[in-house]
Amino acid sequence: MEIALSILVGIVVTCGAYLMLSGNMVRFLFGLALLSNAANLVIFAAGRLTYGAPPLIAPGEAGPLETVANALPQALILTAIVIGFGLLAFTLVLVHRANRSLGTVEGDAMRLAEPDEGAR
Amino acid sequence: MLLTLCLVVPLATFVVSFAVRRNADLQRSVSIAGSALLLLASLALGAQVVANGPVAAQMGGWPAPFGITLVADLLSAAMVVITGIIALAVSVYGLGDVDRDAERLGHHTLLHALLLGVTGAFLAGDLFNLYVWFEVMVIASFGLLGLGSRGDQIDGTVKYVALNLIATLAFLSGVGLLYGATGTLNMADLHQVVPTLENPVIVLTTAAMFLFAFGAKAALFPVFFWLPASYHTPSVTVSAVFAALLTKVGVYALIRVFTLVYDASTLPLIQNLLLWSASLTMLTGVLGAAAQNDIRRILSFHIISQIGYMILGLAVFTPLALVGAIFYILHHIVVKANLFLVGGVVRKLTGSEELGHIGGLWARTPWLGVLFLIPALSLAGIPPLSGFWAKLVIVKASLDAAYYIPAFLALLVGLLTVFSMSKIWLEAFWKPHPQPDAAATMTLSRAERWSLLTPIVALALITVAIGLIAGPFYGVSVVAAEQLLDPHAYVGAVLGENR
Repeated sequence: MEIALSILVGIVVTCGAYLMLSGNMVRFLFGLALLSNAANLVIFAAGRLTYGAPPLIAPGEAGPLETVANALPQALILTAIVIGFGLLAFTLVLVHRANRSLGTVEGDAMRLAEPDEGAR
Repeated sequence: MLLTLCLVVPLATFVVSFAVRRNADLQRSVSIAGSALLLLASLALGAQVVANGPVAAQMGGWPAPFGITLVADLLSAAMVVITGIIALAVSVYGLGDVDRDAERLGHHTLLHALLLGVTGAFLAGDLFNLYVWFEVMVIASFGLLGLGSRGDQIDGTVKYVALNLIATLAFLSGVGLLYGATGTLNMADLHQVVPTLENPVIVLTTAAMFLFAFGAKAALFPVFFWLPASYHTPSVTVSAVFAALLTKVGVYALIRVFTLVYDASTLPLIQNLLLWSASLTMLTGVLGAAAQNDIRRILSFHIISQIGYMILGLAVFTPLALVGAIFYILHHIVVKANLFLVGGVVRKLTGSEELGHIGGLWARTPWLGVLFLIPALSLAGIPPLSGFWAKLVIVKASLDAAYYIPAFLALLVGLLTVFSMSKIWLEAFWKPHPQPDAAATMTLSRAERWSLLTPIVALALITVAIGLIAGPFYGVSVVAAEQLLDPHAYVGAVLGENR
């Protein structure tokens, strides 16, 4: 199962990197979304995939009686998803704004902050 | 207690300054009071750490390594103190620099969110919290950078955001993989667990992930392109706080991770990468600066070149080299922020930052020339200013360790820094202004003079003090470096009885 997930992460990262390298900021955004999901899957896989019971402790016991799923990676992923979602939303608005004020979403054409020296 | 206070103060300022956003005067007072309180809290924390060694606090009463730990050794405490100094300097400077529109859009609120993230990153005791604090800092910096939404700002922000997010994802993946291998993310705990890992692949993979992620945050060669693309676009106040603190959080994280979590001297590949990346960072930064003709763009490239010195100190990894790296960071934050602040005054007095369009400042305002020369010569490493001692220690440590080429590059880059600084000096101060009549009308109002010049003078005095009375600052760096190389006390403070 970990192997399958690792291969999946590889495929997602490949697609993400391909999109990010296209030079178009909208595609870059989609690539970023894929990459951030890949990072979450990495945490998930690294935390071991077990068919465990929910990590709950029965009343009166000091610890779980059977093998339970590790809740910590899931907590980490949950935090990362929330942060990633916020950043993605911000970046989406930023690219939209860039399109409106710069008139382009092509990375190479965005030269306002660093004007082309040869064109001066 | 003091650890939490150093986070509660910027958090409270952030919330209150948002709540009073309709009253501009009140918001400014809140912002300055918040920065002053942060400085006081950090000084108290610093005094406590100097007296008692590393301190730690467990949030919510969960014992380490299970809960969230805040911890300050001398390096963290010194970084927080210097954050407080910069916070106060830029909040005062902002009174005369930040325009009303930016204030209404939330300049003060975002500034304190940024300070919260920076302080949190310095005090975080585990890697996942370090990630969260990084995100707090990064999202606040996105806001500050784009505030006002001029075309070039949006352009710079897009590049800054894009490259920072990739670095962040690498960091997150590294955290996940390291957790999978060790079952812990508490850095003091990792210090004990990582050396026992039998699989060298996982150690090297995660170390490389962190090297890339923090290297990109610190603007190391070859992943520094976001910095010169964006740092000259926001208001001078924002540029100054970015220049002073953001890259240094990356440098701090590199130092922390490669002394506490990994021992860089046991990972020759990482150490070599750090060494050559540091050397090329110094060189490309200074060469990039030589090609620029805009004050803030020159200074931005110099940030990169200076980062190289700090990382060189880490890469050489002898006690003396780490002392040099820490001393360098402390000196550099003050000097770099000050140069940006002076650059802002130059723009106000001449109407531009483009060197071809300005001039004549030495004849009009010789005091500003002196205030520029102090940080500029310190940056280049001219004795007896602070930069001289910082460079001296780094170069001596490199020579002692027989790293001759990096040491030679460090000296060469110092020379080229003099070239860049004298370029600003000749163009902005020495040569006459191309349109003297227009320039003569540009003066500072009385209020502007107070708010802009007080922080510049204060930071210049600190620079001179570090240079002339280097002993105590050097002593702090020595103790901080000792704590890094022997994290016994740090681990003890965090894990306590469980050790």
